[in-house]
Amino acid sequence: MSTAAEATVATAEPHTAVGAPIVSITALRKSYGENEVLKGIDLSVLRGEVVAIIGKSGSGKSTLLRCINGLEQFQQGSLTVDGKPLLYESAMAMRALRQRVGMIFQGFHLFPHLSVGRNVMLAPRLVKKRGEAENIAIARKLLERVGLAEKFDAMPDQLSGGQQQRVAIARALAMEPAVLLCDEITSALDPELVGEVLRVVESLADEGMTLLMVTHEMSFARKVSDRVIFMHQGRVHEMGPPAALFGAPQTPELKQFLSSLQD
Amino acid sequence: MGAFTLWDIVRNLLLAGRWTVALSLIAFIGGGVVGALLLVLRLRAGPMLTRLIGAYVQLFQGTPLLMQLFLAYFGIALLGVEVSEWTAAAIALTLYTSAYLTEIWRGCVAAIPKGQWEASSSLAMSFGEQLRHVILPQALRLATAPTVGFLVQVVKGTALASVIGFVELTKAGSMMANVTFRPFVVFGCVALMYFLLCYPISLFARRLERRTHVHGR
Repeated sequence: MSTAAEATVATAEPHTAVGAPIVSITALRKSYGENEVLKGIDLSVLRGEVVAIIGKSGSGKSTLLRCINGLEQFQQGSLTVDGKPLLYESAMAMRALRQRVGMIFQGFHLFPHLSVGRNVMLAPRLVKKRGEAENIAIARKLLERVGLAEKFDAMPDQLSGGQQQRVAIARALAMEPAVLLCDEITSALDPELVGEVLRVVESLADEGMTLLMVTHEMSFARKVSDRVIFMHQGRVHEMGPPAALFGAPQTPELKQFLSSLQD
Repeated sequence: MGAFTLWDIVRNLLLAGRWTVALSLIAFIGGGVVGALLLVLRLRAGPMLTRLIGAYVQLFQGTPLLMQLFLAYFGIALLGVEVSEWTAAAIALTLYTSAYLTEIWRGCVAAIPKGQWEASSSLAMSFGEQLRHVILPQALRLATAPTVGFLVQVVKGTALASVIGFVELTKAGSMMANVTFRPFVVFGCVALMYFLLCYPISLFARRLERRTHVHGR
């Protein structure tokens, strides 16, 4: 019991060493029928790195994120996460990979028929066969961590959007992922609720969680990320540290994109 | 021939009513099991099998139950297999019910937002776990009212089994009407018995729905 209660957020150590590539994407291509949305992506993300992906809608940024945990199938190229290759044919391999990758969605997608606590505990119980006592202890710890300790027994529809999104974060963390994917996680929130969610994400970044986030919050991307990727027409168009990318954009497309955000 | 009292009529109808109940139960259970099986197949299967199941549903929804009963009774006999009216009615009602139920349930599953599948997928749950713990509990709430509504139709639909000589409530009613010469009383009793069978089902459904609503949303 005591070990469970003392469990920190990332209890399962990733297999990858700090500073080594934890996500490797090579020559990834993806199309919907005739329409190619990802035109050869090469990207490696180091363990502990925080990567922000920006770009216009339709540039393929969300699709790229969704490829990383297999929600979208790609046609060419390869992808490994924490040493686990992505193999669609093998349910076992997918299950192993998805345990290494957590994802948070724009629309929260909490399970509406389960209490907040049950939302957090469901997957660990089924997939990780975590015992009830340990499961409860970890879930309480995680909810406390996202500032919702007192909401354990609440139903999702009793929570605000910001609170629901923080539960979604706790739910993803309960699976002890090595990498966390955030797909425009504040886009569906009222402006006054954005801060509480971003603060949680920032604290995760500070703790060394590997984060890949598609975001429209440029100031947040600038503050928190180690690297910013600008995607344009299915390619990584420009990439670099936030200061360089935002301060001195090299390509006209990025310049135009950044200036379009000004007004 | 005035020897038939009202009690005689009611007693005979009640005895025959047991077969209506039995046929209904067979249709519910058989149709439910086959319908659920088809639903899972449909969710998992490739386009080929999906279309095949779609055709099955269309076939049974697009033809009268009466014809299905005839075909089951006479059609299977054509294959050289002797079928009792029991077997024929059971087969026809099971297939008919399964086609409707699988379609009702498919609609309910389709009404669950895609995000629920994606969120549970990204938490590494298997298809079975997603269905059992995430999708079906939510779909069940949607499914209660249309499912029960259809089951009431099935109870009344068992009356058609009388055409292949099966003596259930309706058939017993017409036989009683013939010997008693009191068709209005007899068929009035028959109608009342159907009502007494169906009304509690609807009542139960309403209760169930209200209860799940409080919890669910």
